[in-house]
Amino acid sequence: MSLMEKGGLRMPQFGEIDRNYKYLNKSMRRVDSADKVSGHAQYAADLVFPHMLVAGALYSPYASAQVIRIDTEKAEKIPGVAAVMTFKDLKKPASWGYYTYMTDRIRYEADAVAIVAAENNQALKEGLDAIEVEYEELQPVITIEEALAPGAPLVHENDKDCVGNIWSHATTLVRKGDVDEAFPKCDKIIERSYSTSWQEHMYFEPEAAVAVPDPCGSITAYAGCANPFFGRRWVADSCDLPRPKARLIQTVVGGAFGGKEELLGVVIGRACMLAQKTGRPVKYVTSREESIKGSTKRHPFRLEYKVGVNNDGHLQAVQCRITETCGAYHMHEFMNFRAKVHAVGVYNIPNVKVDIQGVFTNTVTSGAMRGYSAPQTIFAVEQLYEDVAQEINMDPLEFKKMNILKQGDIHPCGQEMKQEIILPEMIDKICEKTDYIRKRDEYAKQTGTIRKGIGLSIFHRGCGLGGESPDNSACMVAVHDDGTVMANVGLGENGQGLRTAYTQILAEAMDVDPSLIYINQVDTNAIVDSGITAASRGTVMGAQSVRKAGEELKGLLMQTAAMMFKAPVEMVILEDGFFKLKGVPDAMIPWQAVCECHHWTGGQDGVMAWFSAPYLHFDNEKGYGDGFPTYTYSAVVTELEVDTETGDIKVEKVTSAHDCGNIINPRNLTAQIHGGVTMGMGFAVMEDLDNEKGHIRHANMDTYMIPSSLDTPEFEPLLFECSDPTGTYGSKSIGEPSLEGVPASIVLALRNALQIEIRHIPVNKVTLYELLHKNRRDAQ
Amino acid sequence: MITITLTINGKPVTASVRPDETLVELLRDDLEMTGTKVSCNIGECGACTVIMDGKAVKSCIVPAAQCDGKKIITIEGLEQDGNLHPLQQCFVDANAVQCGFCTPGFVMASLAFLEKNPHPTRDEIRTGISGNLCRCTGYEFIIDAIENYVKQCSGEDA
Repeated sequence: MSLMEKGGLRMPQFGEIDRNYKYLNKSMRRVDSADKVSGHAQYAADLVFPHMLVAGALYSPYASAQVIRIDTEKAEKIPGVAAVMTFKDLKKPASWGYYTYMTDRIRYEADAVAIVAAENNQALKEGLDAIEVEYEELQPVITIEEALAPGAPLVHENDKDCVGNIWSHATTLVRKGDVDEAFPKCDKIIERSYSTSWQEHMYFEPEAAVAVPDPCGSITAYAGCANPFFGRRWVADSCDLPRPKARLIQTVVGGAFGGKEELLGVVIGRACMLAQKTGRPVKYVTSREESIKGSTKRHPFRLEYKVGVNNDGHLQAVQCRITETCGAYHMHEFMNFRAKVHAVGVYNIPNVKVDIQGVFTNTVTSGAMRGYSAPQTIFAVEQLYEDVAQEINMDPLEFKKMNILKQGDIHPCGQEMKQEIILPEMIDKICEKTDYIRKRDEYAKQTGTIRKGIGLSIFHRGCGLGGESPDNSACMVAVHDDGTVMANVGLGENGQGLRTAYTQILAEAMDVDPSLIYINQVDTNAIVDSGITAASRGTVMGAQSVRKAGEELKGLLMQTAAMMFKAPVEMVILEDGFFKLKGVPDAMIPWQAVCECHHWTGGQDGVMAWFSAPYLHFDNEKGYGDGFPTYTYSAVVTELEVDTETGDIKVEKVTSAHDCGNIINPRNLTAQIHGGVTMGMGFAVMEDLDNEKGHIRHANMDTYMIPSSLDTPEFEPLLFECSDPTGTYGSKSIGEPSLEGVPASIVLALRNALQIEIRHIPVNKVTLYELLHKNRRDAQ
Repeated sequence: MITITLTINGKPVTASVRPDETLVELLRDDLEMTGTKVSCNIGECGACTVIMDGKAVKSCIVPAAQCDGKKIITIEGLEQDGNLHPLQQCFVDANAVQCGFCTPGFVMASLAFLEKNPHPTRDEIRTGISGNLCRCTGYEFIIDAIENYVKQCSGEDA
């Protein structure tokens, strides 16, 4: 077996669809590896322009404060300092997206009061140090409880969108059936609360941008944005430019995972302001500490559940109240759309009531991170139903299987589940592969110091943006007289392998060799706004326009070939790089010759295609409707070892079963699963972004621990393929599902080993040690 | 400023450096060799790894002034006549790369490790690269790449 064939274990394929693809379902090498492995790939921080300045910002020492006085006179006189700007120089106080470029009202430790551009890093540092600022420190609001307390200081005073510290845009709900009517009729009522903490993306490339002004008034910014069109907004907003004069060219993105949006946007804006002021290129590279303190995080949740169940095991009603920590600012009005759709899990429940609210605090801001707002809910509900099953003396696995959503059921959010659901088959297979039931029952009886545990989580994930917002993408494909094919796409490579997936999809659509295909990084002046590369939508939804453009362009080339053959187009076929005539053995013209003729005879060399995902209606007032065009289904089994004395946790093996739809590239899909499991494990048992009075304690990799090669478990991905045709060529999301159920299964495995309840993640060595010893004290 | 003379990728270089300047600043800012990356800048993640006198060092914590007389190899020094080093090719062949920001550091750290231990087991590779961090992968495909390179070097069919 060649290396490229090594990957997840392929499971039997479901459904009767033709999978006879030439370029899909194959482990092609990534198209960007050679540039990256050689160091040639250009990230924003690598760019150098003539006469370029470097820039940085001055931050407040307080999490909540008012600037009383600011004096930049000394800073401006320092040799090498080219420009100093403060909040006083802003044309308007706030940016387009809530965040501030600079401000005199400090709402968290990463709010800047001034920015400097200088000839070199030494002058920059001296310039920033020489700015004199006098603050009035204000009482910060840190926790959800503090934010909701009567008389709490307001994070956003005089904000019409806030009631106290509750942000009205984060409030959202689901109503299905009537829980109030259902609860009294249930045999048993169970209540539980859970909470989760922040998680840092820790993409390896810290935020960086270069702004290059031109004498005619345009500004081009270079940055590794996850959403280049939002990047362009920051250019336009900060310098008051019309969109066409504000250009964003996406540089190689050194990881995003849902981030590379808000802080990077602010950084772009600051660099652009300084470029506009000085008329010179400005490079702004954040330090790791600046990146961690200023970028958004996976948002902490407090989740309170009430469940009504009958003794026969049927779930009757679930009520869920979620409070989210927004942090100091929040751009994601739709942030909790996913949380509400996934709030009670992948189960068939007739009566559902979900209420979600978000509160502002003077802490690091919350935002999108791999899984958006779902992993928190999956962690909670998978613990919850384990407890519910135990309360009615039922096997938790049997209980979950009994209640699982089936095709034709009505989803808790109100959507009819029209597509194929192969979850029961997946659960049976993963239990068989891991010997789950035997191990679970055996491990539950352990009494020693070192114990084994096994846990199974079951979940689903909406593919694409769904009812959250429009899900559109654009692609322009051009063919050249040398036979090469180039695509300008609206969605970008974040590192996940999107350009490789697009290459394979375009090759399949056009029937052209992938080596002739070039997928460009996103340039906002070259393609239409296609939104963010997030929500695991790049391939599933975003590639639909790539396929469409490719198929249309191929059709045009077929017509040229027909003209060259002097035959009807119906007779032309494209095979192995040659246009041929059906039934005429010697009639063949090479691909390149047709492309060349196409160009010189005035053929249309390029096609732009637009794809809009089918409109889904979710009534946000009534809390009922369609969540997502389709769902990915998954089951994850974690096996681990835990030391009951020290709290040491060793995650030994993670088996992940995913319904991948039709797989584009098995090796790259497996790579996503490895990375997602590792990051999910970090979220569950290693990473914690604690703060003290709003100051992050772990602002670099020496104390914020991400998994190393010695921490990762053995991976066993089980790749299932259903026949759901919704995504591009039947593909489904994987980037986020790879992570989402991992924390839940790890905690279930810990509970299996220790026979205790765990209601908060992360549960790292320190917190587990404390929990175990507290339980022991309580028992004495 | 301190004047130092060193060899970078086989070429003699004379540079004038500040006392507080790090090797990675010399490489990236002064010499515009940007293949070496900076991620944590405190010597934890390994993205800035280069080889100094045969040993892998984290160039973000090595003072440039201490590099006088040293032989440095960076990621830019591996390609020969436009062809990737066989280890780099193994990273490509294994799809061991995702966002790529940690990759040059991994390649350099692996080369230095293999210099000391040319025939490592898979577990030894795992330990050997544990000073370098990656956020995208689960390290398995990176280990695959290195293991394949080891097999190639010992004439085994990878």
